[in-house]
Amino acid sequence: MAQRRIDSTDKVPLLKMQGVCKRFGATVALDDVGIEVSPGEVLALVGENGAGKSTLMKVLSGAVREDAGQMRLDGVPYRPSNPLEARRAGVAMIYQEFSLAPHLSVQENIMLGMEPATLGVVHWKEVRRRAIEALKEFDNPELTPDAQVSKLSVASQQLVEIARALAIGCRVLVLDEPTSSLTQQDVERLFKLIGRLKRQDKAVVYISHFIEEVKRIADRVTVLRDGKVVGSSAVAAITTDEIIALMVGRQVEELYPRSGRQAREVILEIEDLAGLEKPESASLKLRRGEVLGIAGLVGAGRTELLRSLFGLEPVRRGRIRLGIYTGPASPVRRWMQGAGFLSEDRTKEGLALSLSVADNVTLSRLKGFGPLGLVLPGRQDRATRRWIERLGIRCQGPRQTLSSLSGGNQQKVALARLLQHDVDVLLLDEPTRGIDVAAKAMIYKLIDALATGSPAEGRAPKAVLMVSSYLPELMGICDRVAVMRRGRLGPTRRIDEIDEHKLMFDATGADPVRNSTTGEHPAKGEISNGAEVAE
Amino acid sequence: MTEPRNQSVSLGRQTAGSSLRGLLGQTSVKLVLALIGIFVFFVVAVGVQEAFKAHDWWDGYDASLRFLGRPNIEMIARHTTIVGMAALGMTLVIISGGIDLSVGSIVALSSVAIAWLLQYAGAGPLTAALGGVAAAALFGVLSGLLITWLRVVPFIVTLGMMLVVRGVAKGIGREQKIDVDIARVKWLPELLRSVVGTEHSWMLAPAGVWVWLILAVVMAAVLRYTRLGRHIFAIGSNEQTAHLCGVAVERVKVIVYTLCAAFAGLAGLMQFSYLTVGDPTGAVGLELNVIAAVVIGGGSLSGGEGSILGTLMGALIMTVIATGCAQMWLPNWVQEIITGAIIVVAVGLDRLRHRRTR
Repeated sequence: MAQRRIDSTDKVPLLKMQGVCKRFGATVALDDVGIEVSPGEVLALVGENGAGKSTLMKVLSGAVREDAGQMRLDGVPYRPSNPLEARRAGVAMIYQEFSLAPHLSVQENIMLGMEPATLGVVHWKEVRRRAIEALKEFDNPELTPDAQVSKLSVASQQLVEIARALAIGCRVLVLDEPTSSLTQQDVERLFKLIGRLKRQDKAVVYISHFIEEVKRIADRVTVLRDGKVVGSSAVAAITTDEIIALMVGRQVEELYPRSGRQAREVILEIEDLAGLEKPESASLKLRRGEVLGIAGLVGAGRTELLRSLFGLEPVRRGRIRLGIYTGPASPVRRWMQGAGFLSEDRTKEGLALSLSVADNVTLSRLKGFGPLGLVLPGRQDRATRRWIERLGIRCQGPRQTLSSLSGGNQQKVALARLLQHDVDVLLLDEPTRGIDVAAKAMIYKLIDALATGSPAEGRAPKAVLMVSSYLPELMGICDRVAVMRRGRLGPTRRIDEIDEHKLMFDATGADPVRNSTTGEHPAKGEISNGAEVAE
Repeated sequence: MTEPRNQSVSLGRQTAGSSLRGLLGQTSVKLVLALIGIFVFFVVAVGVQEAFKAHDWWDGYDASLRFLGRPNIEMIARHTTIVGMAALGMTLVIISGGIDLSVGSIVALSSVAIAWLLQYAGAGPLTAALGGVAAAALFGVLSGLLITWLRVVPFIVTLGMMLVVRGVAKGIGREQKIDVDIARVKWLPELLRSVVGTEHSWMLAPAGVWVWLILAVVMAAVLRYTRLGRHIFAIGSNEQTAHLCGVAVERVKVIVYTLCAAFAGLAGLMQFSYLTVGDPTGAVGLELNVIAAVVIGGGSLSGGEGSILGTLMGALIMTVIATGCAQMWLPNWVQEIITGAIIVVAVGLDRLRHRRTR
């Protein structure tokens, strides 16, 4: 690693940003920020949401104009006025939300906006040739030139996006949270691709919340906080704890708190539950006072399990008992029965972004806010203010529209809805996806407090059923974990009887870290293959 | 969490402060100012034009005063009532993220139904009025059910209903206008008849205008202070979220389309009161004026935004322009160009502002 560091300083940096400043009104988004990336180098850009990463990248990609500062590409001044110009100059962004045309084919998407044509007539053969050439790199059977993009998996869509950037000869690639919705296998594939890009002397800027990832694939890391660079170092020379400390500006002690939780009576019981396609079969018992985690790959049917429990998807067979109620029920009923659901997709499903914080928090139960069933905004606000305070939601007040809040704060609002409704059973689907470390810590603390309850304040312990793709989190806050694979939910096990390896093994049927460890598990691989044949 | 950090949030549209700037930032307040501005413009323009024509500044002054005078203002109010009434319902529909293209046809149907009830069924004016509104509401229920059951987008369902209802109206009238004997209509024409200089002068405006304004206040309160209102906003903002939160999305939608049709029915009543004729071919294209009023008033066709006050302003702005142009003797086509331009400019400015705050 040290070797590489010396190498890279010798080269002329491919991209250099210097003294970049940007203000939005009274808010200083970027304050004298500088970064450098050399050819064949992966620079990780980390920082909490709102630290200025996205703004910096928007400046880089021409979506936002900087107030001051300069950028150089290969030593030549570079000042794109829009993303298209940036792409032409060789800088491409791969955003969290893909900018693909879902109805078009892979090849059309790759060549979109630069189709070879004479007099407006597209040369389809040429399009195809260039698309195939771009796709060769990826070695993914799902990616055929004619496949319709909307039918591809998230991981493949991301690859299409990258292929598009490479097809126009981009040399600086910015990946914004590229792994947040990928399965472990796809993450591995992406990392291999990044390795190849490095060998081709591309420069990669990698934005991520996952410090483990950063440690694995980046050469250097730059930490942003409050719009300033607070640290920059070779990855080999810095520890995960140090990076986190830089990000939040203080030590995060006890990221995963565990107060004395005590499991009580079973409040949710499902037996052999099957949905339309997924889950195929799921059985579990959830007790008051415990946090039960469901691990598994994306697409294993974990989300569908929660959704069918909550009446958002049909139930084909099986028994559900929630408290004293049995059988499937609509979301309206589930709320009344004391269950609440937190969607994994807060922008599309979880929240009404154009409405206010107060409206979102109180939406599931607009009762008790005035006489005669009226909803008086003043009382709505008062109830909401309590949660803004308790959860530390950063906003101007209950009437601020949600779209102007950061992801972490939006997620807190989504959680506040369950608290305001005072549900007994919390069904949480990826509760910390795409939010910063501080907000994550807050949410872990909250989950722990809910499961523990507080007899002194007369708050009974709640039951939490949470789905997560982030294993350290499941290991950190759950009391028991079950693994879902291909629609089937495995047995629940106490957290002290299991480790991350075992979970990953159960989820994939293959040991995911075989490459990175000693490679001692051929036997396990065989077992898993056998299991897959049996399915 | 207590550590102060840069606020990465931009100013929200609904700010908590009640400062003057915050107040001026609100769409509906801007619209009130726009209405006043346009009104003042015409007061001056009418005067200046008259002064040039007559070569006498005093004539111009008189013309300006006439535009400002009570008869003219009352006329503007009366002329706005039909579109404005239908726009109250359309505001709900548009906030819920839908659209209703059948409004014009429903206005015609309601007026024809009222005329038919009066002329051929021997109904009294109140019964006829209620009958007309009920008939209208019935088609709203139908639209709502089709939208929720068939899961067809509102644009298509109401496009179909536009033709269906128009056909029904023509069927009732046997493809003709229904003239109602003067003895049978009793107090119905009073609804929109000018009160200036009559014994009802104390009312300031005819009863129909008051009914419209009172209903506007009621609907504004419904939107702001009731569960139904908040649910309508939630559905328009994000239907999936609303469903997830246990909002009875389908029921709310049926209610919204029913209310919209009922308000169109009331607009039909006003139309009848104005003309004392049930005309099955009347009010063609009225739905577009109604939608324009809502959209000028800050309603977003993608749902979640809009207000009753804004809609009232939108409807009034359109009438003021029409009246002003008419009094300046501008031909109809000029009026139409100006109204069209206003729609695009108003909405364009709004979007521009949105983009800046995001």
